[in-house]
Amino acid sequence: MADLTTNFIGIKSPNPFWLASAPPTDKEYNVRRAFEAGWGGVVWKTLGSEGPPVVNVNGPRYGAIWGADRRLLGLNNIELITDRPLEVNLREIKSVKRDWKDRAMIISLMVPCDEESWKDILKRIEDTEADGVELNFGCPHGMAERGMGSAVGQVPEYIEMVTRWVKQHSRMPCIVKLTPNISDIRKPAEAAKRGGADAVSLINTINSITSVNLDSFSPEPMIDGKGTHGGYCGPAVKPIALNMVAEIARSEATRGLPISGIGGVTTWRDAAEFMALGAGNVQVCTAAMTYGFKIVEEMISGLSQYMDEKGMTSTADLVGRAVPNVTDWQFLNLNYVTKARIDQDACIGCGRCFAACEDTSHQAISMSEDRVFEVMDDECVACNLCVNVCPVEDCITMVELPKGAVDERTGKKVADFANWTTHPNNPSVTAAE
Amino acid sequence: MSNTPLTPGIVSGRLVPEAYAHNFDDLEPVLDGHEAHVAADRCYFCHDAPCITACPTSIDIPLFIRQIATGTPEAAAKTIWDQNILGGMCARVCPTEELCEEACVREAAEGKPVEIGRLQRFATDRVMDKGVHPFTRAPATGKRVAVVGAGPAGLACAHRLAMHGHDVVVMDRRAKPGGLNEYGIASYKAPHGFAQREVEWLLQIGGITVQTGVELGRDVTLDALRADYDAVFLGIGLGGVNALRAAGEDLSNVRDAVDFIEELRQQPDKSKLGIGRDVVVIGGGMTAVDAAVQSRLLGAQNVTIVYRRGQEKMSASAHEQTHAQQVGVRIICNAAPVEVIGAGGAVSAVEFAYTEDGPEGLKLLADIFTLKADQVFKAIGQTLVAPDGLSGAKLDATPLARVWTGGDCAMGGEDLTVTAVAEGRDAAEAIHANLMGAVG
Repeated sequence: MADLTTNFIGIKSPNPFWLASAPPTDKEYNVRRAFEAGWGGVVWKTLGSEGPPVVNVNGPRYGAIWGADRRLLGLNNIELITDRPLEVNLREIKSVKRDWKDRAMIISLMVPCDEESWKDILKRIEDTEADGVELNFGCPHGMAERGMGSAVGQVPEYIEMVTRWVKQHSRMPCIVKLTPNISDIRKPAEAAKRGGADAVSLINTINSITSVNLDSFSPEPMIDGKGTHGGYCGPAVKPIALNMVAEIARSEATRGLPISGIGGVTTWRDAAEFMALGAGNVQVCTAAMTYGFKIVEEMISGLSQYMDEKGMTSTADLVGRAVPNVTDWQFLNLNYVTKARIDQDACIGCGRCFAACEDTSHQAISMSEDRVFEVMDDECVACNLCVNVCPVEDCITMVELPKGAVDERTGKKVADFANWTTHPNNPSVTAAE
Repeated sequence: MSNTPLTPGIVSGRLVPEAYAHNFDDLEPVLDGHEAHVAADRCYFCHDAPCITACPTSIDIPLFIRQIATGTPEAAAKTIWDQNILGGMCARVCPTEELCEEACVREAAEGKPVEIGRLQRFATDRVMDKGVHPFTRAPATGKRVAVVGAGPAGLACAHRLAMHGHDVVVMDRRAKPGGLNEYGIASYKAPHGFAQREVEWLLQIGGITVQTGVELGRDVTLDALRADYDAVFLGIGLGGVNALRAAGEDLSNVRDAVDFIEELRQQPDKSKLGIGRDVVVIGGGMTAVDAAVQSRLLGAQNVTIVYRRGQEKMSASAHEQTHAQQVGVRIICNAAPVEVIGAGGAVSAVEFAYTEDGPEGLKLLADIFTLKADQVFKAIGQTLVAPDGLSGAKLDATPLARVWTGGDCAMGGEDLTVTAVAEGRDAAEAIHANLMGAVG
């Protein structure tokens, strides 16, 4: 079995599966049970400054969207940082860490945006023997209204400033957690790096309203007839998170900056994808909240099996493997020509490919009286929509035309690699001549 | 002393009271909201969906399922009723596994079709239970149409005609409207008076007068109807029953299965119904299965269906045959009755010969066997009793002007409730076009 041990910015854990800072990591009882279940580490639910703890709403905190059979696809929350006294959290963190030395214990922090506040909290957590801190610059609801969370994360200068304070007043490894509620994720990552961050973690939750109650006309989750935007997470956000992780992994300014991947990780596959795009480990929340701590067993066995099959001996072999293949549109090979192929034996005759192509794409699929669907190569632009709407896996595939073959749509032979940068229609190419 | 399944002869009360309630309750109860949601989500919303083509009434199945999935069963029911006003009954009695569900692409994909019939019932029950009837009449046309037969064909025809603004009189020889829905299908398929509820619901559209106890040929003639009405629709079903043509057929306790099924349907207290200990049902269609299954449900000890040809030729669907076998009915194929044997004037056994189905037809073999029987049900097909002025094994789209036909009595289509509904509806459209085209 492959070795899943990871060393993330000097913090060792038996596997790359950490629980993210969230309700599952709010107290000793949960965290002990998580470690017993096999989780490699936890990021303790965000601590605030000393003083009266924050309060939470007493109505629903979560909203959701579901697939059929109520499978949870996306979850949002309006819960704030921990609402338990700081001393209690610190005592429990210390107690758990003492018993679970091989597991990663990170403390998430969110305090007002002044140096004294940060200096103070860092001092207070020193005694816990935690392995590192994560700066919560991400939460988009509630705390942001008080100038914390994503209110900091949306201003790169603040990120840099606070990160610098943290590095100055603490020797602990420092992870900066980024908000996705920003137009270019590279900017806050760069700021964190400038401030001296050891790593970034992303994504935090996305601003969202999960649904609107069409009887009471209130957003969900509804509190006494009103609702507010909450942080969205779960499987639905994974594609957004993957892209943001990849952007940081491949950007010149941030390349090599360790990343802890977060956002809809539900299975070992999701974790492997994040890691292939450059994440050194992953953090999980919604999947645990949906199915319980036990899912980590599948994550461990699945990732081990995959790595064994690929001949990978350590997670480092996987991390970043897909990063070189993430590129800009302009560098994609315009002479890579494919055509959709329908496996008639696998086809069940639903006709969704036909409806999609005929109504919304390129009219490249024919339908016979007896419901045989065929691709017309002279119309097919290889858009892949038929593949995506087909309910049968591998029934429709995209097959590459070999070099020299004639593309019936264009009448041209498939030529050597060429991209937009050299294409005659590109004005900047013309200008250069 | 109370009776048991082993009590000889035809007796009632073979079972404990709770068993009757259980046996004759809904065989397949309606889906609840969550089950419907899950079932609906399996629909792929096919393009030009094969299930629609397979439905004799061409219900837009993907649309109504999507309407269920999105929380609007009311709209789903309307979609169903637009094509099939007896969609509630059809959801219960259609052989869906040979129609829409057989065509479902998920049957091809994984041998498990979308549960179209049960979803249809979910939607129609929801709305009917609220007493909502989502159709209104067009302005009155002043035209009057006589519909003979208040079965599925007649009712579908009447509703569509009323919708178009015509005034309709529906006549039926029996005491209640509904035709085979009321008298001809197994009790457990539509319990709790569903057939009558559906008729009452259907009549909410208005403009339809139902006259029961009126028989064509006895109380009214076709000529008189043609003279009194602007159009006539005949949905009279099949009034005759085929004979066994075997010696001993006239012995007592040898009975037409359709009569037994009718009596059973009309008896609210099933424990009062007598049933034999050893029941033999002769035939291979739905009537045979319904009679046999219900014999078992009434407590008969041994129930055997004997069909003269191979099992693949039985017109009862595979699903129905399986159900019969599950309740303990034995099915013997390739055997035909030779003689009904009596004792003291009543049947005591039936002698069968095995058969061979060849190119020259069915041949009786010398190989004979005898089944003990204290009750025999004949279910070997029904025949048309043609009204005066018409003839044939089935009614042709009639040589008589302003007369239309539909349902089991008419040519074309299978003898299914859903086919009858389609034919009644289409006849109504033809009548409407004819009547309105004939104006001036």
